[in-house]
Order: sequence, then C-alpha cells, then structure tokens
Amino acid sequence: MAIWIMRLRLAHHLGKKIASLEALKLSSWASSLHPWIPASLASSDDRYASKLVRNPVARYAARRFGSTKAQESVSEVTNGSKQVMDFPGGKVMFIPEMRFLAESPGERISCYRVLDDDGQTISGSSFQEVSKEIALKMYSDMVTLQIMDTIFYEAQRQGRISFYLTSIGEEAINVASAAALTINDIVFPQYREPGVLLWRGFTLQEFANQCFGNKSDYGKGRQMPIHYGSNRLNYFTVSSPIATQIPHAVGAAYSLKMDKKHACAVTYFGDGGTSEGDFHAALNFAAVMEVPIIFFCRNNGWAISTPTTEQFRSDGAVIRGQAYGLRSIRVDGNDALAVYSAVHAAREMAIRESRPILVEALTYRVGHHSTSDDSTKYRPVDEIEHWRTARDPVSRYRKWIERNGWLCDDAESELRSNVRKELLHAIQVAEKMEKPPLAELFTDVYDQVPSNLHEQERLLRETIKQHNGDYPPEVPV
Amino acid sequence: MALRGLGRRISIGKRCFSSASEVEKRPRDGKQINLFSAINQALHIALETDSRAYVFGEDVGFGGVFRCTTGLADRFGRNRVFNTPLCEQGIAGFAIGLAAMGNRAIAEIQFADYIYPAFDQIVNEAAKFRYRSGNQFNCGGLTIRSPYGAVGHGGHYHSQSPEAFFCHVPGLKVVIPRSPQQAKGLLLACIRDPNPVVFFEPKWLYRLAVEEVPERDYMLPLSQAEVIRQGSDITLVGWGAQLSVLERACDEAAKDGISCELIDLRTLIPWDKETVEASVRKTGRLLVSHEAPVTGGFGAEISASIAERCFLRLEAPVARICGLDTPFPLVYEPFYMPTKNKVLDAIKATVNY
Repeated sequence: MAIWIMRLRLAHHLGKKIASLEALKLSSWASSLHPWIPASLASSDDRYASKLVRNPVARYAARRFGSTKAQESVSEVTNGSKQVMDFPGGKVMFIPEMRFLAESPGERISCYRVLDDDGQTISGSSFQEVSKEIALKMYSDMVTLQIMDTIFYEAQRQGRISFYLTSIGEEAINVASAAALTINDIVFPQYREPGVLLWRGFTLQEFANQCFGNKSDYGKGRQMPIHYGSNRLNYFTVSSPIATQIPHAVGAAYSLKMDKKHACAVTYFGDGGTSEGDFHAALNFAAVMEVPIIFFCRNNGWAISTPTTEQFRSDGAVIRGQAYGLRSIRVDGNDALAVYSAVHAAREMAIRESRPILVEALTYRVGHHSTSDDSTKYRPVDEIEHWRTARDPVSRYRKWIERNGWLCDDAESELRSNVRKELLHAIQVAEKMEKPPLAELFTDVYDQVPSNLHEQERLLRETIKQHNGDYPPEVPV
Repeated sequence: MALRGLGRRISIGKRCFSSASEVEKRPRDGKQINLFSAINQALHIALETDSRAYVFGEDVGFGGVFRCTTGLADRFGRNRVFNTPLCEQGIAGFAIGLAAMGNRAIAEIQFADYIYPAFDQIVNEAAKFRYRSGNQFNCGGLTIRSPYGAVGHGGHYHSQSPEAFFCHVPGLKVVIPRSPQQAKGLLLACIRDPNPVVFFEPKWLYRLAVEEVPERDYMLPLSQAEVIRQGSDITLVGWGAQLSVLERACDEAAKDGISCELIDLRTLIPWDKETVEASVRKTGRLLVSHEAPVTGGFGAEISASIAERCFLRLEAPVARICGLDTPFPLVYEPFYMPTKNKVLDAIKATVNY
C-alpha cells in the first residue's frame, strides 16, 4: 500500500513538473510500472512510457523528417526550473533523480485488427476499402497458395522434389501484403513469401520448374526448391541465409529515392530474422538514409524449433522500430484486411515521406519449418491443429467475402479443383522436362566465363566421357 | 629498427616504373601524385562519368581517414557521397542492394582488418548474386575498396592482408594495385567491371608512393598480370606494396649476376596463370612473396598451380617469402615482414638449389 501511495505521489509530482505532458492517468501509469522496480528507480520520464503506449509517432522522432517538429517539445517545458543542456545529438533535459527506463513499457503494443474470427468487420475499425475484383483475387490466390503448399509438400514426401517449405497459416500475410503493393515496388523476400510472387503473376508452372530445377527454371537449376526469383516481377531471388536481404532492400530503396521513382522497397523476414545483425544494420541505415522501405516481419512464433521466448525479450519486433527511429505498427497477420490496410498505409507513408516503416504481423507457422523438420517434436499437436483450423486466415477471410455476397460454394469448390488440376499438370510437365545443360554449371559465376572455368569444364567433360555412369542422365552434357 | 624503417620509406619514395616491353602505353600527360590522390582522381572520374555512381562508407564525407574521398561530397553532393553508420555488414548489404538496382556502388571499408562483419554479405550474397538468380539479377556494379597491409606501426588491426579469404570465393574479383598510376586505372576498371570486386589499397603507399599519373580517364585490364621487369633466372610474383620490396631485391640480386623477372599479379582472382606460367617456363624458378601469413596465403595457390603446370621445367621448389603465421605484431613487425633480405636470400637459395 505504501508503495502504491509513493507511486501516486511521484506521478503527481512529475505531472506538475512536466507541463507539456497530456494529463496523466495515474492509475494506468502506476499499473504499468513493473512491480519489482522500486518507485525511486521507476521508469524515469513517463513520457517514454506514455509515448510508447499511446502515441507511436513520438515527438522525439528524428529531426530530419519534415513531418515532425522535435524542438518545440523542449522549449515548451523550459519554464525556468528545468535545466536544458546541449550535447551532440540535441538538447536534453536534466533531472536530479536517478531513474532507469524500464525494460518494457508495461503494456504490449496493441495489434491492429479489422475482421473478427467470424469474418465480420469489427465495429469502429478503419480499413482500406478493397474492390470486389481485388478481394476475390486475394481469396483465390490464398486458396491457390494453400493447395500449392499441400501438393508440393506431398511431392517432396514422394521423393519427386528434394525439399519444400510451406507458408500454411501465413496466406493472408503473403497475399494481402502483396495486394497492397504495386508491381513497381521491389520485393526482397526471406523464403516464406511465395504468395507475393503468386499475386504478381508467377505461374504454377514457373513454381514447379524451379522446384524441379529443370531447364525452364529461371534459376537454371542452381538452387534448392523454393528459392524463387523473378526480375520481371521485381522479386529478388531467395537466398537461404537469414536476414541478408534486409540491408539489400535498404540499398534498393535508396536507389528508388535517388531515381525519384514512385515506389518503395519491401522486405520480409521472420521473428528469427530480427535477431540477425543484418536486421539491426538495415533498420538503422534506413532511418539515417531516409529511404522508402517497408520492413515486414512475419512473427509466426517459431524459428524452426525456437519459440519467440527464446528469440528475444523485447515486445516482439514492433517495439524495436522506435529504437531506430522508425514508425511501426503491429497487425493481426491472420486478418487479410488488416494486413492489406496496414501495408497500403505504410507504402503511402514510405513513398510520400521517404521514410522506413516497420510492420510486424503476428501469426502462427502452422506447417513444419520445412520438409526437413517435424515440429511435433517441439510443440503440441493440438496447438498446431488449433491454429490450422480455428485460426485459419483463409476461412476467416472467406467468411467476409461470403458476407459480401461475392462467393458461393460452387465457385469455391470449382476454384480448388481447377487449381489442383493445373498444379498436378504443371508438376508432371516440370518433372519430365530435362535439366539445364552442363554448360550452365560454369556460366554466370562472372558475367563472362573466365579461363580457369573454361579449363575446369574441359577437364570435367573428359572425366564424364571416362565415367559416364557417375553422372545423372537428366542433365544434358 | 628505426633506421630500417626509415630505409624502407625512402625507397618507397622512388618512382615505380614498368618495363619497356609491356603492352600499356607509358603515360605522357600527368602530374606527380601519391596513391591517395590517384585514387581520389579515379573516384572523381567515376562519379563524373556515371550519374548513378555512389561513394559511401565510414567518414568518407569529409574526405576519409586517408583522404581518398576528398572533395567528392562537395562536388557531387551528399546524396551521392555520404557517410554510413559504423557497420560493415550494413555497408556491404546496402551496397549490394544499390548495385542490384543497376547503380555503381563504391563502398569503403575503413581498414581491411574490419571487413569480416561484411564477409557473409560478400561471400554468400554478392559473390553468388548473379549465379543463384540464373542471371536474372546481378550486383556487378559493386566495388568494395579497403586499405590493407603493413604501415609500420599498425599492429593486429591496422595491418592485415586478408586477400586470401576472398580469393577462395568464386564470383568475386580481387584486385590490388602497386602504385598510383596503376591504382587509378585499375580502380576505374574495377568500378566499371560488371562483377563485384574487392579492391585492396596498400595503405603504406598512400602518401609515400609518388608517380606520374595521367589526369585523363583511363583503365587498366583486369585479370592481366604485368611483367614489370624482364629476367631469365627466376620469376618473382607479388602484388601491392610488396612489389617495391621485390624490386629492391631484384636490384641487389642483379649485382650478384642473378637476372630476375618481376611480375605484378594485379588481379588475384581470376588470376592470370598464363603470364606466370610463361615466365616460369622461361626462368625455371618461382618465388612468391606477400605480407599475409604464409600458411593458406595466396602464394600457396600460385605455387600449387605452377607446380602442376611446370613441374618438369622447375629447377627448384617454389619459394614463398611471406608473413609469419602469427597475428600481425607491433614491436616485432620488422621480424614478421617479408623483407628485402629475406627475399634476396631465398632468390639465391633457389638459384643455387
């Protein structure tokens, strides 16, 4: 009780001193204090706490962005009794009390959501309207992605392709985010975003070709399945290392800004990716360079077997935006409309104000990490089932579409059966097709084949003549 | 020790020259400038001739810690010449993205000793960018420049020669100039080469090497070694600052009647095996010398390749006079380094094998 009173007194004391602060709601402030922090060492400047919780657009946002004016906040509070000092980096106010900023603001950052579990728009929700055509394409692509994942996963199990990873549970993230972008926005994926490619027009045949590494694979059979790339669709080729694409996207965004393109860069990564150095490097660079980029974090709760509790102690990824000077938002990743709206808004801000935006989409990785993983080894089967069924983003979105009268059962089953048929056919074609010729082993290492590779090719061909049986017949020599 | 150090510096001040028989024309128009000025000229020209060329890195804005980027920001603006945060992996990753969009990204890593955080980006991303995409994408516009090598007092972290790590990466080019005139032409070639290049600049020579350098825009060929001295008894191969050590060793060996052929490799990968092989076929002896530690250094690759190709022609084992297998020491630097006398002794031993 004594501590409670102390907190109230402290808050009151602070409230009087810090004139510019909006009216302190003492009870909410007090309850947001971590119970183990003694009042005297409590979160200093509750300006930090309240800003984080209530006003994501901090007034201390980087001075360089024209949309915020930082200086006024300091002059407002300089009322004689406050000491202000100039250090490199700007003016700061002194306080005589020693206070540590709490490790967390107390309340988790709220999550933007538009559709409830029944596919009804929540009253009071604001969202970006979407036309029937776009809405239906989104649905169709989400279904296609689901079917594609199921069938390719099976194909791997049957030994027809060497590897696969699914995006089950993340269909809304994939498709809705893609729908909110334009084809001129440059995408730097991690590897769980084939739905973005699908939205842009990559065909089932093209997906299959890459998975089988045949001569029609744009990647020329060099990488494992799911390492798609399409320069035509502005989707940079997937590479396995985690988070390496994030700083690339910043460089690309800088290029867009310099070339004055009305477009942004978008990069995707998972919760695990936010632990990599490249993530931190990229956010910091993006803020300093003031580039039009969307950092899209798919927080699906798992990095292979590592849950987020073992990945970081911050409030997910969204909270880190502010640390680097980025505007950020947390969104329900299983809500297609929320994802669409958030990305739409983020893109507009990114381009108009030439600034980076961090979007954290909360979701769940329903599938195993990949075909090399069995996630029942580290998480309960019923948890997986719950997310696969009750929290399925596709059926939730379907309910909304149906409510709008845009979809009937017949159309649904026809769509599914058509996709299945088309995909099975594409797989058949891809499987039968021969692999790229041997010469492509040596090309594209450099723009021209250098002499050492000419020599190695010559020696290899001699070896092949001697030992033909050592080599797979599907690769034409 | 002080005298030895001084001796080296004085000789570096001498002009580096190429032999008359080489293909590239001798510059006629030019001023006597040092290495950092030559590099500065190359960067000015690069930015002047391509409006989508950018120079960035730590502290490049005010001119850089070695003055290689002087005047660039004033002339081309802070949008094209700018400081980055202190983060090598960020610099490399950002540069790759910029290059992937068709720009010329000229990134600086302040000291080669600090390039390792960028190693993942360079090896796993830049080097494989074109290949893995089936040539749909490339980051050929990427050039990473970085000062490398001994400077007399640099110790562990201001003296390293990490070229060997990068020579092991298919998809990269590694280029090291020996002098101001070479540096300008090679750097321009690297910047314009449609492949990612790591360009190591011998920091020892930034101020001390002075040479006549043409003021015009010119390039020197990559993957072409240069025979800068003709000889008949032994072939010496090196790169960067080590060439001047080899040159002095050549001069002294000549007093003993040993005729040395001196080759500047210039591009380490893809390297010009043909020129070195042709020389060793002539001389029958090879000595490779570099500052980097001998074990696993690039001299090992040259030695093995030449042994494969010229085994029956060789009169003696391939000699390697290199740094010791230790971190680069401070007070022991003169002991660590592949000095002229170490090279000279090895030349004699090889010739007398």
